[in-house]
Amino acid sequence: MGRRAPRAYADPYITGACLGVVLLAAFVITGRGLGASGAFATTAAGLTHAIAPAQAEANPYFARYLAGSGPWHDWLLFELGGVALGGFVSAWAAGRLRGEVERGPRARTAARLALAFAGGVVMGVGAVLARGCTSGLALTGGALLGVGAWGFMLAAFAGAYLAAPLLARVWR
Amino acid sequence: MTAPWQGTGGTGIELVIAVAIGTAFGAALERAGLGSARNLVGQFYGTDLTVFKVMFSAIVVAMLGTFWLGRFGILELARVDVPETWLAPQLVGGALFGAGMATTGLCPGTSCVAAASGRGDGLAVLLGMFGGVSAIGLAFAPLRGFYEATARGPLTLPAWLGVPYGAVVLAVVAVALVGFRVAERIERTGGRS
Repeated sequence: MGRRAPRAYADPYITGACLGVVLLAAFVITGRGLGASGAFATTAAGLTHAIAPAQAEANPYFARYLAGSGPWHDWLLFELGGVALGGFVSAWAAGRLRGEVERGPRARTAARLALAFAGGVVMGVGAVLARGCTSGLALTGGALLGVGAWGFMLAAFAGAYLAAPLLARVWR
Repeated sequence: MTAPWQGTGGTGIELVIAVAIGTAFGAALERAGLGSARNLVGQFYGTDLTVFKVMFSAIVVAMLGTFWLGRFGILELARVDVPETWLAPQLVGGALFGAGMATTGLCPGTSCVAAASGRGDGLAVLLGMFGGVSAIGLAFAPLRGFYEATARGPLTLPAWLGVPYGAVVLAVVAVALVGFRVAERIERTGGRS
């Protein structure tokens, strides 16, 4: 049986509005919005604690992720697991599941993977300093009109637009 | 009973809700095509402004919903957590984050979707993010001063500007509507304005 052609992506305004309903549901049900980068911090804290418990507990950044019900029962970690699950099911249903390394037309695979990792490191550092990312800060705080969230959003778009011309050879 | 009904602790029901909300979030990102780095970077080259359209549609819908549910007394706004403001680290962190996003073509949430739909570049971004967060966590002591600088608490735009909540909501809707028209125009010229 031949592989079906993948379905076209959905309308951005309608999908965005659906995303808005999900975000609103999170406010109504839990009193907090969405998130993603926090789950990375929880995992980092949890793993550090598994390897070197004393150091992790003495670390002021990790310590707060170790408090309460512990890093492995963190709400955001389960939510991000759901994000992966939802992404998988949606891609599968639309015939878009495929093993590949997506890259610009002139970029080599190894270079793309190296840049993806390096960019991920920079993004991780930025998310820690800002205390959030596109989901937890920009979307959540954007909808709740938080000053820091709007500042973060403007700074992130500025940073991306300034970096983009330097990366034209990678993507164009 | 007035919403919010549950919390974001680690009890069984809360974690089930976490997975359910996350699943809907991930599916929406995938449907919009934001699990694809090439689609996402189109934003920064003026060829595909899906990022802006999705983000601002979502913000406007959630913002209007929050405002009206609050107005009708269904949602108790005082119990909804506004992400707190730390101006300087959020501006610097935001600029770094944006540069990272243009490099990777993904953000933390969309890199999960990319990886889950089989993309190796999504997995590389996830690993990089984890490396960055771990590294800064381990080297936190010298950064702590900056990290905790310019704290403003859960400050909102209406409180900061001294304008009514409804007026800011209206202004954001207006900016988004104008933004959508501009985005369509930029896409039509294919970034070659």
